[in-house]
Amino acid sequence: MASKFTVSNGTGWLMAGPAVLLIAGFVILPFFLAFAFSFTNQRLISPNATEFVGLANYRQLLDVTTVTLEPVRDDAGAIVIKDGAPEYPSLRTLTRNNPDRPDLAGMREWFSFSLGGEDRTYVLARDVVFMTAVINTFIFVLIVAPVQAGVALGLALLINQRLRGINVFRAIYFMPVVVSIVVVSLLWRLIYDGQSGLLNNLLGAISFGMIPPVDWLGNPSTALGAIIAMSIWQAVGFHMVIWLSGLQTISPTLYEAAAIEGASKWQVFRYITWPGLRNTAVLILIVITMQAFGLFAQIDVMTNGGPLDSTQTIVFQAIERGYGKQDISGGSAISVILFVIVLSISLIQRWLTREKT
Amino acid sequence: MARISLKNLKKSYGSTHVIKGVDIEIDDGEFCVFVGPSGCGKSTLLRMIAGLEDISSGELQIGEKVVNELPPAQRGVAMVFQSYAIFPHMTVRENVAFGLTISGASKEEKDAKVAEAARILQMEHLLDRRPSQLSGGQRQRVAIGRAIVRKPQVFLFDEPLSNLDAALRMDMRMEIGKLHQQLGATMVYVTHDQVEAMTLADKIVVLKDGQVMQIGAPMDLYHDPANLFVAGFLGAPSMNFLKVKVQGVNGGKVLVSNGALDPVEVSGKRALFKVGDEAILGLRPQYLAVAQGAGRLHGAVALTERLGAETVVEIALKDGNPLIAALSQDAVFDIGAQMNLDFDPDKAHLFPNEPGAGSVNKH
Repeated sequence: MASKFTVSNGTGWLMAGPAVLLIAGFVILPFFLAFAFSFTNQRLISPNATEFVGLANYRQLLDVTTVTLEPVRDDAGAIVIKDGAPEYPSLRTLTRNNPDRPDLAGMREWFSFSLGGEDRTYVLARDVVFMTAVINTFIFVLIVAPVQAGVALGLALLINQRLRGINVFRAIYFMPVVVSIVVVSLLWRLIYDGQSGLLNNLLGAISFGMIPPVDWLGNPSTALGAIIAMSIWQAVGFHMVIWLSGLQTISPTLYEAAAIEGASKWQVFRYITWPGLRNTAVLILIVITMQAFGLFAQIDVMTNGGPLDSTQTIVFQAIERGYGKQDISGGSAISVILFVIVLSISLIQRWLTREKT
Repeated sequence: MARISLKNLKKSYGSTHVIKGVDIEIDDGEFCVFVGPSGCGKSTLLRMIAGLEDISSGELQIGEKVVNELPPAQRGVAMVFQSYAIFPHMTVRENVAFGLTISGASKEEKDAKVAEAARILQMEHLLDRRPSQLSGGQRQRVAIGRAIVRKPQVFLFDEPLSNLDAALRMDMRMEIGKLHQQLGATMVYVTHDQVEAMTLADKIVVLKDGQVMQIGAPMDLYHDPANLFVAGFLGAPSMNFLKVKVQGVNGGKVLVSNGALDPVEVSGKRALFKVGDEAILGLRPQYLAVAQGAGRLHGAVALTERLGAETVVEIALKDGNPLIAALSQDAVFDIGAQMNLDFDPDKAHLFPNEPGAGSVNKH
């Protein structure tokens, strides 16, 4: 029996053709190319032939190891104290041209910690910037996903009322969604400005000058938080609308039945609204997580990954590497890693939120 | 004690008046049915009693207490909805226990009360199922179970059987009747189905366009309808209405006739009839019989429906108007055959011919 796809539907294929070709050319093909490139040393433009390099790109990105060092002791065996803390041998002696530790060659310190004793454990990574990008991305996702979903739900509950002019509020909350993220980022760069930004002026005005101006995007400790806040604000309206559609599928008679039984507002939410939003919640959580992992435009417009790599993210690194440094294979490897991360998280989320029978 | 008393109750949405001043007294333990065509305001009235709709004006008392402004939960009512309104993500047990969960009852109390409700409704075997695994009748049982665990003073039913198929509807109708006897609570029941109204009610309230047409026991309404609307609404097939001329008035008796009806003297208690007036004569199809002699009504058979126990005959009267007779016998009539009918004048109803008083064109 002939397949449904090949039987007498030439017109159908003709209509779908352009879209299929474009999707194949710009989505499906690059997806597989990324996998292929990540195992080679392909560069954007290079006179040299491409070579298969196995997992070298991944090793370069993901290689992490630990080294535990004893403090430096003087001739008497006492610990040398420098600037109020014990002094440790320089890591450079291990990672630079050390014939005893070829495995550590080229690695850099990521962070270090002490487990109480005198010894100090150093975590070394071959690509510290990438590791920072991974951590930043996870922080971004872990904050944005619950906060954005929660705020969106709160707004949806607020605008799911029969009030005069409620559509005005719906429009206001939804407005940032229709503005391009690039434009939003440019505007927020002005808001976050360290000298005369709107936020600093506002804080100064409501605190009567008690809060000094902060260079929100220029300070490593506030830059990521500033981008998180802006990103939540920008997309919250979109998720609000999805929540709203979920809210409106809940039958009003359920609320009436609950009212007759004497349920309080919280009990109504707990027993009727929230269970009724179950599928919506799964959808929103997965959508936000995926969008958050793709964080790029805000970084590119507002901070370029700085200051001091405090706003590096995985996608920003992928693009920076692939096009900035013309290292397509490295960028591809990052993309594949991101794909694996997002896929596993989505599967975990689906498993956690499965219908329990 | 839970008497319900509605005093000049009104409801309007802006300039649209939905309930136009309704007075009803429902005694403690009474089964009261609101019946009327769709859009008559019967559901709105019930929802006003429940507290789901605001009362625009008038006074509502439940158990001697004015409850106009009380939220639904504090009125001591339980309600069963047409769409069941059972919570889809909870098991039957959780659904039935919902009111108890809300009020923070202990697990033992919940178990005991749910078990009792399940016993009364014969649904012990359903307790651990989810609503999606239940049939329509079972769902409605769960909804009723949720209503009875709280032992409310008043039960409100909003067309509870409309979503069920005919056979199930009859079963559940009987169950609700039994439940009323068992619990002895005041029940208010909304339906558009006159059979439910006639079989269940102690008291029927017939509503039309937000106004009470008549209140009374089912048989009082059937045998003595106050107006054309009630006369036409109750009974199946519905009452025949014939336009007649008043020929003579003799005390309480009025002599009427028309082109197909020989002069007949009927009771004229519903209005002051004068000679020459037009009036409407109401004849129930069941009270018409094939005349032994000349009869009073003359026409020709237009259509017959044999139902076994009775035969419904549509007759084209001599003056061209149709007439339905439900003859309590299985008989064969030839289409077009001349037919003379007779009836007991005491069982005929004479109504004044007021425009808008009722649907005269309804046979």
